[in-house]
Amino acid sequence: MALYNDTVMDHFMNPHNVGEIENPSGKGIYGSPVCGDMMQVTIDVDENDVITDAKFKTFGCGSAIASSSMATDMIIGMTVEEALDVSNKKIVEELGGLPAVKIHCSVLAEHAIKNAIYDYAQKSGKTYAALEGYNPTEDSEEDDHHDIPAEE
Amino acid sequence: MREVYLDYSATTPVKQEVVSEMIPYYTEAFGNPSSLYGPGLKAKEGLTQARQQVADLIGAKENEIFFTSCGTEADNWVLEGVADQLRDKGNHIITTKIEHHAIIHTCMYLQKYHGIEVTYLDVDEEGFVSPEDLEAAITDKTILVSIMMINNEIGTLEPIKELAAVAKKHGVLFHTDAVQALGNVPIDVKDLDVDFLSMSAHKIYGPKGIGALYKRKGIMLPNFVHGGAQENRKRAGTENTAGIVGFGKAAELARTGLAEHMAHSRQMRQYLWDQIQDKIEDVRLNGPADFDRRHPGNLNVSFRYIEGESIMLMLDGGGICVSTGSACSSGSLDISHVLAAINVPMTIINGTVRFTVGDFTTKEDIDYTVEVLQKVVDTLRKLSPITGKEGW
Repeated sequence: MALYNDTVMDHFMNPHNVGEIENPSGKGIYGSPVCGDMMQVTIDVDENDVITDAKFKTFGCGSAIASSSMATDMIIGMTVEEALDVSNKKIVEELGGLPAVKIHCSVLAEHAIKNAIYDYAQKSGKTYAALEGYNPTEDSEEDDHHDIPAEE
Repeated sequence: MREVYLDYSATTPVKQEVVSEMIPYYTEAFGNPSSLYGPGLKAKEGLTQARQQVADLIGAKENEIFFTSCGTEADNWVLEGVADQLRDKGNHIITTKIEHHAIIHTCMYLQKYHGIEVTYLDVDEEGFVSPEDLEAAITDKTILVSIMMINNEIGTLEPIKELAAVAKKHGVLFHTDAVQALGNVPIDVKDLDVDFLSMSAHKIYGPKGIGALYKRKGIMLPNFVHGGAQENRKRAGTENTAGIVGFGKAAELARTGLAEHMAHSRQMRQYLWDQIQDKIEDVRLNGPADFDRRHPGNLNVSFRYIEGESIMLMLDGGGICVSTGSACSSGSLDISHVLAAINVPMTIINGTVRFTVGDFTTKEDIDYTVEVLQKVVDTLRKLSPITGKEGW
């Protein structure tokens, strides 16, 4: 039995939406190489608040890269409100499941997208209910799955 | 698709000569070695010969070899046995931060349930344990020192003879987990002057499910697996006859072919490292820079800006088998305790890959591996948000 299902492997080996949008509407980064995964998302949003394009760059394992690819696929064509509703659970569902120990990798994509939208909201002066009280850096530092000591 | 196996430290294929030797012990000499009729006696003869073959590989006497189900069992047996045997003398065990989990997790168990105190010695940046550090850690309560001969991740060949001499000077028993060393470097237990040494067959082209403990004659060690009178009453359970015979044959082949095996492994490993350095930028060697002081087939490399499981998976897509020290591949998300102990920078620790070459590795295998590796690293670096411009 393979580590990942065919959908995950396909998104890992041939990821969609790789790269970086120049002068994006919003840019978000989440994670760090010390934690073992890090993702950057850039998005373009049109005047109707629809995400017209999304690109990612990810440092991470197979499921982190596959989640990044799937998540960016999912949000392209969505309104910002809809994209804010894309949870890691939905990403995992679309991927047809991840090994239990790898579920956290999909959180990376959810957070990076949220951070990109937060950046867009800041720049455009828009407000979204889902972003109320949201601090883009807080979770990054205190993520419970990233409790690896910096020194031993 | 071409298949290249570069994970000989995980396990080895069983050599054909070994398999051929084993088969009759499943079909003809299938008797219980404790039975006193034909097929039983034949099985018993197989055990006797294998015991001698394993003893010969490490310069021991045949009555100092006790077969176990694996190397891990041998490790468990020594640690728990000595802790119980010498409980009136003391409750302190010294080991290192880079041991295999077979040692570390057994020590943690003894700390929790047997009131044992454990000192985990630091190592230097190449993974070496210092005899001075060991001596400084010994107290009048110390009952056992357990230090691996070769580290499984970074290949460091520890100065076991010097370390064992320190323990002996203070009257403390010395054990070495030699699972990675067996068949890869010369081992003479009399010269090393160790009291216990753990071994496994499946790292030396023998079968899985069989290991052995060397116990110096005269050293007391309580039993670990209780039951019948097998293994000179020291380890109960009907013997894995075919496995033991396979271990014996593998040990004989390892002994007679040691010089050739070492020379070939070193040559392939050097070629792999030369090619990687030549074709791929931003790499870091982990473990001893002096290749004579590491496992002859081990190469441990960190690839900057990318993550190890991704590298492993993409190489697997190209038919190449390696292992990684990345936290994300560990199943537990714990970072490699070995790479942490030698201070591999946290920013690149997750980009670590272990290659181990062996007897069946060819130059063409290495050429193919480096060709695929170059593409994989390039692909993943293009995917990565991190570049050298960020300061690392």
